[in-house]
Amino acid sequence: MTVKEVVKALNLECLTGGEELDREVNGGYCGDLLSWVMSKAQSGNAWITIMSNINIVAVAVLTDVSCIILCEDVTPEEDCIQKAEEQGVVILKSSMSAFELANKIGNLI
Amino acid sequence: MTDEILSLNYQVNGSDLQSAGVASSDVKKVLRKLGVSPEIIRKVAISMYEAEINMVIHANGGTIDVSISPEQIKVVLADNGPGIANIDLAMKEGYSTAPQTIREMGFGAGMGLPNIKKYADIMNITSELGKGTTVEIIVNIPQ
Repeated sequence: MTVKEVVKALNLECLTGGEELDREVNGGYCGDLLSWVMSKAQSGNAWITIMSNINIVAVAVLTDVSCIILCEDVTPEEDCIQKAEEQGVVILKSSMSAFELANKIGNLI
Repeated sequence: MTDEILSLNYQVNGSDLQSAGVASSDVKKVLRKLGVSPEIIRKVAISMYEAEINMVIHANGGTIDVSISPEQIKVVLADNGPGIANIDLAMKEGYSTAPQTIREMGFGAGMGLPNIKKYADIMNITSELGKGTTVEIIVNIPQ
C-alpha cells in the first residue's frame, strides 16, 4: 500500500509530500526518542511520533522512512515543514493516538 | 576497483541544533550516487548522525572529514569541546549528560555512542578533558 493510499484510508492531513506519496509503506515504527528511531526504524516504514521539531526531518532522511505521521494533532513548527519540503520528506498529521494509528496501519498493509 | 579516494569536509555549527544532520544527509546522498548498497549507507548514516549530533549538543560544533574509497568509508569528527571524563561510562546505553532542553527535543537518550559502536565496523574515540574529542568511524565495504 502506498503512502497516498494510507492517507486516503485513514483520512490523514497531508502537510508535505510530492512524488514521495507514491512510496510503498512496508511497516511502521512508533517512537519519540530520535536515537532510538534512528537505530530501529527501517527503510519504507511509516514513522508515528509526537516529536515535531525540525530534527525529525534529518532522522526521516537518514532512516529512509516512507513518511512521518504526527499523531494526537501535534503541529510541526514552520521550519520543520519547510525543511521537509526541501528534503522530499512526507509529513502527515492525525488526531488519532500512536496506538490507534499503528493498529489501523497494521490492518491496512 | 581503483584506489581513488573521495574526500568531503564539513564544518558543523555548534549553536544550531536545527541544522544538525546536514553533513550526514549530504554524505548519504553522495554514497547513494556512488551506488553504495543501502545497508552500508544505513550504517554510515546512523553512526555519523549520532556523532554529528553529539558534537552540536556537547562540544559547540567541530569539523568532519569523510574519505570514501572502494574498500571503506572513514568519518573523522573532531571537536574542541570539553572532552569526555569517562569514556567507558559514556559508552553505556542510557547514560547521558545532555541537558533537559535537549531531551525535550528527543535527544539525550544515552544511545548516541552505543549506536555508533553498533553500526560502525570500527570506532575509535580519543578525548582529553578541556581539549576536545575525536571520533573515528570506519564502515567497510564488502568486496
